[in-house]
Amino acid sequence: MASATLTEPFLLSSQIATLDYVSRGRAGWQLDVSTDPGAGRLVGPRTIPAGAELYREAIDHVEVVRRLWDSWDDDAEIRDSATHRFIDRRRVHYIDFEGADFSVKGPSITPRPPQAQPVIATVVSDDATQALAVATADVAIITEPDGRALTRRASAMRASAQEAGRDPDGLLLFAEVDAVLDADERVASERRSRLDAGPDPVPSSRGLPLTGTPSAAADQLTAWAELGVDGFRLAPADLPLDLPAISAQLSGELRRRGVLRDAYEASTLRGLLGLRRPASRYAAA
Amino acid sequence: MSSTAPKQIHLAAHFPGVNNTTVWSDPEAGSHMDFASFKHLARTAERAKFDFFFLAEGLRMREHAGALHELDVAGRPDGLAILAALAAVTERLGLVATITTTYHEPYELARQLASLDHLSEGRAGWNLVTSSDAFTGANFRRGAYLRYDQRYERGEQFVLAVNSLWDSWPGSAAAEEPPTGSNGHPGPGAFAVSGTQVQIAGEFTVPRSPQGHPVMLQAGDSDAGREFAAQYADGIFSRHGKLEDGLRFYADVKGRLARYGRTADELLILPGATFVLGDTDNEALELAREVRHQQVSGRHAIMFLEQLWNRDLSAYDSDGPLPDVDPDVESEGRAQGSAQARTLQREAVQTAERWRQRAQADNLSIRELVIEMTARQAFIGSPETVAATLNAYVQADACDGFILVPHITPGGLDRFANEVVPRLQERGTFRSDYEGTTLRQHLGSARA
Repeated sequence: MASATLTEPFLLSSQIATLDYVSRGRAGWQLDVSTDPGAGRLVGPRTIPAGAELYREAIDHVEVVRRLWDSWDDDAEIRDSATHRFIDRRRVHYIDFEGADFSVKGPSITPRPPQAQPVIATVVSDDATQALAVATADVAIITEPDGRALTRRASAMRASAQEAGRDPDGLLLFAEVDAVLDADERVASERRSRLDAGPDPVPSSRGLPLTGTPSAAADQLTAWAELGVDGFRLAPADLPLDLPAISAQLSGELRRRGVLRDAYEASTLRGLLGLRRPASRYAAA
Repeated sequence: MSSTAPKQIHLAAHFPGVNNTTVWSDPEAGSHMDFASFKHLARTAERAKFDFFFLAEGLRMREHAGALHELDVAGRPDGLAILAALAAVTERLGLVATITTTYHEPYELARQLASLDHLSEGRAGWNLVTSSDAFTGANFRRGAYLRYDQRYERGEQFVLAVNSLWDSWPGSAAAEEPPTGSNGHPGPGAFAVSGTQVQIAGEFTVPRSPQGHPVMLQAGDSDAGREFAAQYADGIFSRHGKLEDGLRFYADVKGRLARYGRTADELLILPGATFVLGDTDNEALELAREVRHQQVSGRHAIMFLEQLWNRDLSAYDSDGPLPDVDPDVESEGRAQGSAQARTLQREAVQTAERWRQRAQADNLSIRELVIEMTARQAFIGSPETVAATLNAYVQADACDGFILVPHITPGGLDRFANEVVPRLQERGTFRSDYEGTTLRQHLGSARA
């Protein structure tokens, strides 16, 4: 996760591209916007935009990052001994971004990453973050407290994406799920009650509460999947207890129901999400 | 008979990348982007018990005459992201990335370096550089905001800021009195820094890392840069690799330490050094000549001359004599993005005259002259000769060790590791195994 408010798009683009090289195509960026007024004081001296301007600035940031990822054609490195040229500069492009808050010349210092465009995900919890996701993201992680609210948000997002002219297969909707699992249903329920009554009550931004045995949880997830989402982000409520329950038991239950892969069918994150590797906006047709 | 133990040599491996010593046309030359190349060089350096692995930084692609420079290796990854991955495939090797204080943010960098220090269990470091050029600034939010004479004003505030962030958690002497955040909530991580170039406040979220303060090298060479290093740095990535020059630089910088209450061993002088090895000295010389011709093609030579002349010289034959016209000192420089170009332009006419005299005296073509003029300190010879020479430089106090720059990726250090390092170990001037686990311990630096 990295904040568009606090980072330099030029550096962030190179960092994520590098992670994509190191992992051979498995990198993504969870885009965050720093709305907390204290966050702006972590950088400076710099004037941080306020309110809606923050989101406009974040959209510019993502635009710069995406342009930089496209700024080298896939075949820009030619190593041509005859002409002593390592790159062909006709295949490396200035991005010449001019925004209201900043401008970036480009090109990236880092060649086009393996996925071309590493995956951008962002959390959607209200209309402002929904608009940000529709404008920028490959994956929207929706945090709604119940199935009804999730359905409403998901259909609003699909409509909004269509209106914005986005490819319907190019924006995946995930639901955030807060998991409390135990082989004994009563133990799971008690842990959930304690969490809800605790000194730090679980905020609704934790998403859908999933409580019970791994088998019941698998049934619940399968039912939620009918509400118009493509997947789930599972947050183990208590890491040492819930992470093993998810990875060892819940995943097995889902697999038995035929709703989770047995083996990786692709080597890149885009591939696993069913997103194609896009052509560059700059490459000659 | 003196029984003083010989001075110990420090060695680091510079990943060959975007510079004009890297030879990409050699059949052995591999990728400069694949992680496998970084891993190979780092593991070679670790097998040879080097102090650290080193990455350069360049935040804008080099240009010549208003267009992207095509002849040398181009394209590089983000240094700290590569080091984080290398931390997982190495155990003891220090991991150092070059960072400009001008275009990075102290809060973010402090987090990144402290995280790398945790991941690597105490092997993180950075090489501080400063910049002020509008050319690079065009890629950043603030553009060309910093004047040349303000580079170290920001550099100093940046260093003090990252240090105070690292000291904001318990475990450091500085944090024994609980720090107070500007929001009135004292506690781990609270910080407030208020300077002309750095104004930040909040809570630092990374607990104190194994080294406390990751190791800091510095690469500036101006008087201000040397003074800065004497006050703050653990080492200098120096460009003074030749013996006489090194002796002068070493004495100058070490002489500045006392006024900051520091001793000579608290600041290591590590010049960048290239090398060419052969079975015999003669074979190495022959190989070195070939390497120089690979590094400097006819087109390179003309382009290099154009940096100085600041004119289009494409009509000249690189195998012929130097231009008789004088450099254009009126127009803006043709070459952007390299320190070499900026240095050249300052004294163009005198330099051109000097080069002409040299070319006439030795009957050199343009290409031959450029090969002569751009030769960096290269240690050339048999493994025995190179080991003896490196050792002699260190024992003479021309430096404390070297940041070696192989010219081939990724195998360019293999032979050095296999054949030169054992000869240094036999002399008792280079470690046979790591004694400590942290980079600071490898460098013998007490500071934290």
